[in-house]
Amino acid sequence: MKLTLKIWRQENAKAKGAMKTYPIDGIEGDMSFLEMLDVLNEELINKGEVPVEFDHDCREGICGSCSLQINGEPHGPDRLVTTCQLHMRKFNDGDTIVIEPFRATAFPVVTDLIVDRTAFDRIQHAGGYISVNTSGNTIDANSIPVNKHDADDSFNAATCIGCGACVAACKNASAMLFTSAKVSQYALLPQGQVEAVERVENMVRQMDLEGFGNCTNTGACEIECPKGISLENIARMNREYLSATSKG
Amino acid sequence: MGIISSSIARKVAMALSGLFLVLFLGQHFTINLTSTFSPETFNEFSHFMGTNFLVQAILQPVLIFGVIFHFVMGFILEIRNRSARQISYVSYKGSANSSWVSRNMIYSGIVILAFLGLHFYDFWFPEIAYKYIEGNPADATRYYGELVEKFHSPVRTGLYVLSFIFLALHLYHGFASSFQSVGFNNKYATALKKFAKVYAIAIPAGFIFIALFHHFNH
Ligand code: HEM
Ligand code: SF4
Ligand code: FES
Repeated sequence: MKLTLKIWRQENAKAKGAMKTYPIDGIEGDMSFLEMLDVLNEELINKGEVPVEFDHDCREGICGSCSLQINGEPHGPDRLVTTCQLHMRKFNDGDTIVIEPFRATAFPVVTDLIVDRTAFDRIQHAGGYISVNTSGNTIDANSIPVNKHDADDSFNAATCIGCGACVAACKNASAMLFTSAKVSQYALLPQGQVEAVERVENMVRQMDLEGFGNCTNTGACEIECPKGISLENIARMNREYLSATSKG
Repeated sequence: MGIISSSIARKVAMALSGLFLVLFLGQHFTINLTSTFSPETFNEFSHFMGTNFLVQAILQPVLIFGVIFHFVMGFILEIRNRSARQISYVSYKGSANSSWVSRNMIYSGIVILAFLGLHFYDFWFPEIAYKYIEGNPADATRYYGELVEKFHSPVRTGLYVLSFIFLALHLYHGFASSFQSVGFNNKYATALKKFAKVYAIAIPAGFIFIALFHHFNH
């Protein structure tokens, strides 16, 4: 496959970046999108040029490291996959592919396609945990019965890998889907009740402080989320937040 | 403004003010519809709304506050949301993951705002001048005639029709979306959202019918 890549190049956080065009040949349909970029980088290194920097780690859709806005969509045109799982067979010979970093004021560019997503870590630190001491006195998981429906919903919310595609897709760069997944995974379980009020208040406050936008329910996040995190989580977080503020 | 400082509080406030306006719209439509089959009923309703103390002293200020609150908040949200992405994408494919109406609430909103300007100029300002400034005697039969006269103009009728189309676009996303905003998302909400979509088209379509009815019938 022969492709034309248009890639955002930016030397460092302060530099003014620009799109650069790279023709590339010999791409197989079985390659992942990141492998395609590996091929490009090998060529660049051989030519003595600076390779394109991008985030990745597990390359199997579980770590949430990979990102990229590909032809205007986070993680590319495929559904329910991360960029590392995106196959090149989704593209056609002769295509032009525009590759940009995730754009949000709260996700500043570090270099090229790498953005700083530590804003998500800070939201998580603000309340995405339960303070139960499990070292040495672990209690059997089944000692507190949990309704199957709630257990499933909680599990599904917990599959969020924190990739940031929801923010990247949203026209408002809102982090509501991510934050609501992290709130929901605890809100649905008895273990999460103790800190329920502070959790939602603190996580939402942190989310706002980071400069993410306001949700207007366009639903783009849910469509683009590689883990299929549902909008129901946002409604749940809104309920949790309302009940938390009414409790003061 | 304490609680309005959080993004979720703003979202809920936006939804509640929007829902309130949706309710008002239904009431306004019902009264207007009577003008197409019974001028007397229309006059009676209008006279009641225009002279009743509770309506004038409480409902009307609440409504005006609701409209102002809603659009001011809409602009505040728009500004904040723009600053949440200061560098825009070279390629952004919104159509792949969201509806046009949901992404352009501010534009449909601006058209509605412009319409409200015209609408106030047409009906509300003359009404206030008639009653409270010129201090004319109450006349329970003048409303129907005033209405009919306004819709003689093809330009005005056209502008009204156009505005109602944008109102439908605004509500097509907004009404159903407000349930999600207040945290209501379950199997009942799904049914309610269907109703909201129908309402969003039916009510503006009804207003268009009324405008065209008076334009072509007199
Ligand atoms: C006066 C001009 C108006 C402007 C500038 C305006 C602006 C906006 C904007 C920007 C939004 C999106 C914010 C969001 O979804 O969170 C919105 C939502 C909404 N608007 Fe308006 N609007 C106007 C008039 C109206 C009117 C007349 C109605 C009803 C008859 C209405 C009903 C709604 C509803 C129900 C929502 C959805 C709230 C939600 O998603 O939770 N708006 N408006
Ligand atoms: S909600 Fe989905 S898109 Fe957002 S961070 Fe989690 S996995 Fe990524
Ligand atoms: S590299 Fe781990 S999810 Fe893509």
